[in-house]
Amino acid sequence: MFTYSFLQHYWWFIISLLGGILAFLLFVQGGQSMIFSLSKTEDERRLLVNVLGRKWEFTFTTLVTFGGAFFASFPLFYSTSFGGAYWVWMAILFCFVIQAVSYEFQSKPGNLLGKNTYRSFLFINGLLGTILIGAAIATFFTGSDFSVNKANIASEIGSPVISQWGNEWHGLEALLNLRNWFLGLAVFFLSRTLASLFFINRLNNENLEKSSRKALIINAIPFVVFFLAFVIWTLLAKGFAVDPATGEVSLVQYKYFFNLIELPVVLVLFLLGVVAVLGGIIWTILKPEFKKGIWLAGPGTIITVCSLLLIAGYNNTAYYPSATDLQSSLTIFNSSSSEFTLKAMTIVSILIPFVLAYIFYGWRSMEKKRTDIADINSDDHAY
Amino acid sequence: MELLDVSLVNWSRAQFTLTAMYHWIFVPLTLGLGIIQAIMETIYYRTGDEKWKKATKFWMTLFGVNFAIGVATGIILEFEFGTNWSNYSWFVGDIFGAPLAIEGILAFFLEATFISIMFFGWNKVGKGFHLTSTWLTIFGATLSAFWILVANAWMQHPVGMEFNPDTVRNEMVDFWAILSPFALNKFFHSVVSSWIVGSLFVLGVSAWFLIKKRETDFAKKSIKVAATFGLVASILTAVSGDGSAYNVAQEQPMKLAAMEGLYNGQKGAGLVAVGILNPDKKAYNDSVDPYLMNITIPKALSFLGYRDFNAFVPGINDILQGGYQTKDGVALSFAERNEKGKIAKKALADYKKAKADKDTVAAAQHKATLKENFDHFGYAYLDSPEQAIPNVPITFYSFHIMVTLGMYFIVLFALFTLLSYVKKYDVGKYKWLLWVALLSIPLGYVASQLGWLVAEVGRQPWAIQDLLPVNVSVSAIAAQSVKITSFLFLALFTTLLIAEIRIMLKQIKKGPHHE
Repeated sequence: MFTYSFLQHYWWFIISLLGGILAFLLFVQGGQSMIFSLSKTEDERRLLVNVLGRKWEFTFTTLVTFGGAFFASFPLFYSTSFGGAYWVWMAILFCFVIQAVSYEFQSKPGNLLGKNTYRSFLFINGLLGTILIGAAIATFFTGSDFSVNKANIASEIGSPVISQWGNEWHGLEALLNLRNWFLGLAVFFLSRTLASLFFINRLNNENLEKSSRKALIINAIPFVVFFLAFVIWTLLAKGFAVDPATGEVSLVQYKYFFNLIELPVVLVLFLLGVVAVLGGIIWTILKPEFKKGIWLAGPGTIITVCSLLLIAGYNNTAYYPSATDLQSSLTIFNSSSSEFTLKAMTIVSILIPFVLAYIFYGWRSMEKKRTDIADINSDDHAY
Repeated sequence: MELLDVSLVNWSRAQFTLTAMYHWIFVPLTLGLGIIQAIMETIYYRTGDEKWKKATKFWMTLFGVNFAIGVATGIILEFEFGTNWSNYSWFVGDIFGAPLAIEGILAFFLEATFISIMFFGWNKVGKGFHLTSTWLTIFGATLSAFWILVANAWMQHPVGMEFNPDTVRNEMVDFWAILSPFALNKFFHSVVSSWIVGSLFVLGVSAWFLIKKRETDFAKKSIKVAATFGLVASILTAVSGDGSAYNVAQEQPMKLAAMEGLYNGQKGAGLVAVGILNPDKKAYNDSVDPYLMNITIPKALSFLGYRDFNAFVPGINDILQGGYQTKDGVALSFAERNEKGKIAKKALADYKKAKADKDTVAAAQHKATLKENFDHFGYAYLDSPEQAIPNVPITFYSFHIMVTLGMYFIVLFALFTLLSYVKKYDVGKYKWLLWVALLSIPLGYVASQLGWLVAEVGRQPWAIQDLLPVNVSVSAIAAQSVKITSFLFLALFTTLLIAEIRIMLKQIKKGPHHE
């Protein structure tokens, strides 16, 4: 049962699932970008910071695990993309480094930079972190500028480096592509939309709920516009198809659309996800007493993003294409770890449901009621 | 052979050194303080004494500040393997990536989930659940250290893999082999030595309270826990340190020679107890005495390295010239390994060409040649014997200062343990000793950093021992780019470090009763 091909598909599914979970958890970043705009008083700002501050580590950990799992299962992506699109990844990393200290440090005396600087760090993380991650993921569909030659390491002349980037911009050139921007902005506004739904669900504060409901409308509209623009463009565009017999990569019109049609389970998941996201948003907008939109839109986000990543890698598609050297494009077959490693990692992945179970249990035990300012003021570890 | 811009390799190394050393400022305190606060909470759970709860919460606040910056500095390291060391990431990613992924799945989520309950759950969950969360947080942190140290140990002692010429990478064939005694000892030594850092921190801060005649009951309680825990940790560190040296002698003889400044091997080699290297020693094969002065413990190095007082310990010259007996046969010289490495490299190139030409007979021949010589593959990228020698002064002094500090810690903790448990003594009255404890806080960090210098400088030029030198491991990026990000990291991490220290000092001054 565990053929090499099955394991490669299985690990691409895990990567896609982690990508989906990460997209959902980016609501923390979205919330950070709204700390100043949603609140009117310091108490309200503190409340927002603290409800996000009990979740930020999950997003951070998911990002790190996403990276680690990618390294373990598709190391050629790790070496090609991270070493090539250097500036994009470095910028993302800087955004997350400054986030990691900002919750703990912001309200502590002697923090050197002052509360507002740390909150500005959170804002930067929320703004740039989401846009850059979205743009980086968009290159899975639009392609990048690199070449891969594994024989380089044994070459007597020239550089021994296997993966070479084709230009000196090292990833920043992705920002010249409008479609990358569309996904970057879609992720940014999605994170703010989800954050609004999260605040509506979590907070026991009339003012903040009111402003979150306003923010939901303001952010959901551009999210839907940019998301649809990216998806429609991608489904109609040429995709990077792989010939299963020869491994040759070629451009095929409507490739991602065909992938959806030819993978009906993924299509159903994608549609379910989109409906759940839209349902969560619309229901919350239409029904002022409805506060559980996050429980629809959150899982909807996971399923939608997971489906999008699945059509990037499944059905003989190059998931990390080189637009300038098609045959260097990365597929789940030519970039994966060995069968042995994937098998070993698959055994480890059996523990994932157990991990999810204790996370769920931990969250439930801490969040029996909605949070208000009094809760924060009575907590001696509050930020 | 200058394969890549030297300045790119040097800047990539500098950046990794910078970020790893910064990260390691915070990790040992997390690992040590995490256990100490869990012990204190356990006492609170068992006795119901609120003073222990206060003590736990005080140390937990400091733990939180330290933990946050540890997380901030840690994310860079994982991604740096891809951004700065892309060739390395492909060449060994099939093995190296797995521990990193397992670290994320098993350890980071454990930490992330339970640290939240530990900090914010005092009034929300039961005492037992809270205590369990505190222990699970530090268990998660330690588990995370386990996997990354397994990965590091594998770089120093690559086992459980085979080179695949089709994919041009090393592939895992035995997962359990990766959890080698070398790896387990490295984990144990790194973790228990981190417990020392945590113990010194608690001991020193508590000593400060006693010097200031503040919070005396809290301070004495903390000293009792820290001194006992520190004593156990420092003894375990010495035991596991001996294991480390033994493993290094078996698998990385050049590192051992550099640690001891040993140029010419000998039977019944002595261990340098105190020594000053001769700065006039410029080349490995000149006739200059390597020491200005040294006091050695007779035959101790042979015993520590090989469990035999009369064993031959090869020096730098022996390793380069070969010809001595090892557990695997007669040692090859640098020239021989260099030659075999070049044969392996050429065989790989020829194999790829034969495959492209669909010449299966030639491909099989080249594959066999490659396999026969692959153990020396990395030597193909070295031009001269000098390149195979790590920086001797850094390795030598780091090792000896670390060992000296390790012995000092045993004495310090033993003294405080004695003063804490024997009723006729009052630890608060020994002011000079309290000052010694306070001033010893940085020494724990120094010893811990020096340990990594020994491990990492001592294994140069290898990213993967004997298989891949650092100059072939880097990404194809401009040196200037790495230089810019290095300065950005330096500025950012230094700012955050200053902020962290200031916050810590303020929190300490407030004391446990303001928690």
